[in-house]
Amino acid sequence: MTTTADEEDERQDAAGAMFPPSSRRATWAAFRALLLRDLTVLDHDLAEFLPNTLMQPVMLVFIFTFVFPRIGQGIGGSGNSGRFSTLLLGGLVAQSVIFQGLFRVALPLSREFDITNELEDRVLAPTSINTIAFEKIAAGALQSLFAGLIVFPVAAFLPATPIYLQAHWLVLATITPLACYTSAAIGLTIGTRLEPRLVPLLASFIALPLGFFGAIFYTWDALQPIPWLKYLVLINPLVYMSEGFRAGLSIGVVHMPVSVIYLALSSFAVLFTYLGVTGFKKRVLS
Amino acid sequence: MPSPPSEDVIATEGLTKRYRTGSGRQEAVITAVDGLDLKVHRGEIFGLLGPNGAGKTTTVGMLTTRVIPTSGRAMVAGVDVVAQPARAKQFIGVVHQVNTLDRSLTVWENLYFHGRYYGMTAKAARLRTDELLERFRLSHRYTSQVRTLSGGMARRLMVARAVLHRPAVLFLDEPTASLDPQSRIALWEIVGELHAEGQTILLTTHYMEEADEFCDRVAIIDHGRILALDSPAALKHAAAAGKETGNSKAWLAQLRALERANGTGPVNGTSSLEVPGVEAALLEVITSAQRNGVTLDELRGQVTLESVFIELTGRDLRE
Repeated sequence: MTTTADEEDERQDAAGAMFPPSSRRATWAAFRALLLRDLTVLDHDLAEFLPNTLMQPVMLVFIFTFVFPRIGQGIGGSGNSGRFSTLLLGGLVAQSVIFQGLFRVALPLSREFDITNELEDRVLAPTSINTIAFEKIAAGALQSLFAGLIVFPVAAFLPATPIYLQAHWLVLATITPLACYTSAAIGLTIGTRLEPRLVPLLASFIALPLGFFGAIFYTWDALQPIPWLKYLVLINPLVYMSEGFRAGLSIGVVHMPVSVIYLALSSFAVLFTYLGVTGFKKRVLS
Repeated sequence: MPSPPSEDVIATEGLTKRYRTGSGRQEAVITAVDGLDLKVHRGEIFGLLGPNGAGKTTTVGMLTTRVIPTSGRAMVAGVDVVAQPARAKQFIGVVHQVNTLDRSLTVWENLYFHGRYYGMTAKAARLRTDELLERFRLSHRYTSQVRTLSGGMARRLMVARAVLHRPAVLFLDEPTASLDPQSRIALWEIVGELHAEGQTILLTTHYMEEADEFCDRVAIIDHGRILALDSPAALKHAAAAGKETGNSKAWLAQLRALERANGTGPVNGTSSLEVPGVEAALLEVITSAQRNGVTLDELRGQVTLESVFIELTGRDLRE
């Protein structure tokens, strides 16, 4: 099939015609090209992307697993310090996944819509607006996966205290794409629906509450003494991602039932895909 | 180039767009484009002229799939832009008034990726990119970040990008706005070459002299309707013909006045009078002047596309 497609392309190129014959092929070609464009931009930005992704996890690992145990701070210190590093691992991977997925989609989109108009050329790509919106999610999901992969060794091997690591491959292989996709869909929603003048508030009004109430530094179950908070944080998708990565990576750490994690993340994925794609359409069509 | 089924690359029928503004009691419906019937023939440069808010941008928006019409139909290269927007986009190239280049990519990548969006293979996109950079005199900047380009270079790159996939129609929205004279000349040279190769172009502009010089036909639109549609020469002629009676009457009255004032006229028997408008009446004016023994020093016909435009759309400020 591939050979036939290539031959077809060659024939078209030779004829000077650029148009794939079927709309399905045109859509796929445009989708691939848009994705390639976004990954090329990531490649250009690597010198910013890497420190941006790694800085916070490295700092947190250093403070929580090296400094705190030595200065006698409660968190991360005392007898169960190994357990703390282990639960932190899932949290840090989840945090990198959600923030890179969210920001790498939302920030450029918001800028391109409001100030620079540079999305124009991609919006005019010969495919449906839905495809272009989905491509944004796909590109964001790949970048958040990349962020998770580079943070994993930092969170797994850098801590000064032992980590009880055990991969549950099936859980890991399903939670990871689900978390990456959901993060990028949230990014598409924010990038298309948040008023651009409010974007500077993203860090304080979205990132901070997501992070602090995202079960990164504690398990969801540990919130038991504060029941209202325990149930309130369930609106935070990061809680399920942190718990999901813990379920997939560690042993000896309590996490919520995997079925609940799948159900919640899938629901968030559907909700934010709907909000993001319709938000995108609203911005580009009138 | 694909062969569209009709010789009209753009054809609209009763194309209408109404917007709702405000809410509750303040809600109002604005008709931006009102039953537009427009045909743009293959290979022509068609100018869409109108004051701000006349409906030009909305019309172009509908033709380029970005604005959904309230009613009516619009076909580009035989494809219904509402029913098949993804397919219609294959036949459209757009140069916006503002810089819409992809700032995250280099000059070369802007063209290359554009080709890939349109389904070109990597090899074909590379070749076409190199060819266009050469032709648009941008090859020395191919690794530059687009934000470092001058206004003229950025606009040339946008035109190169818009024609890269060989669209059936090229939309140029105020292509020379805010360009220096040299860049403006360079851009019109490029547009002229594209036109000579048979590229259909729909142009919106405020520069009447440019529309006059480069457009095969122009439509003057206001309040979403076409007020006049013809070649610039025919529009000017029509305007001249329309004014003829009044102006020639005035002139004849003035001639008569001169005649009556015979002997008290200008020194040495020579008179200078400027006639606004009325190229068509000139012959009559000259003969009547001769008949009346008036020597004409200076006689000018002043009909321009701009005067036609102002006559049709009025002098009121629109914003």
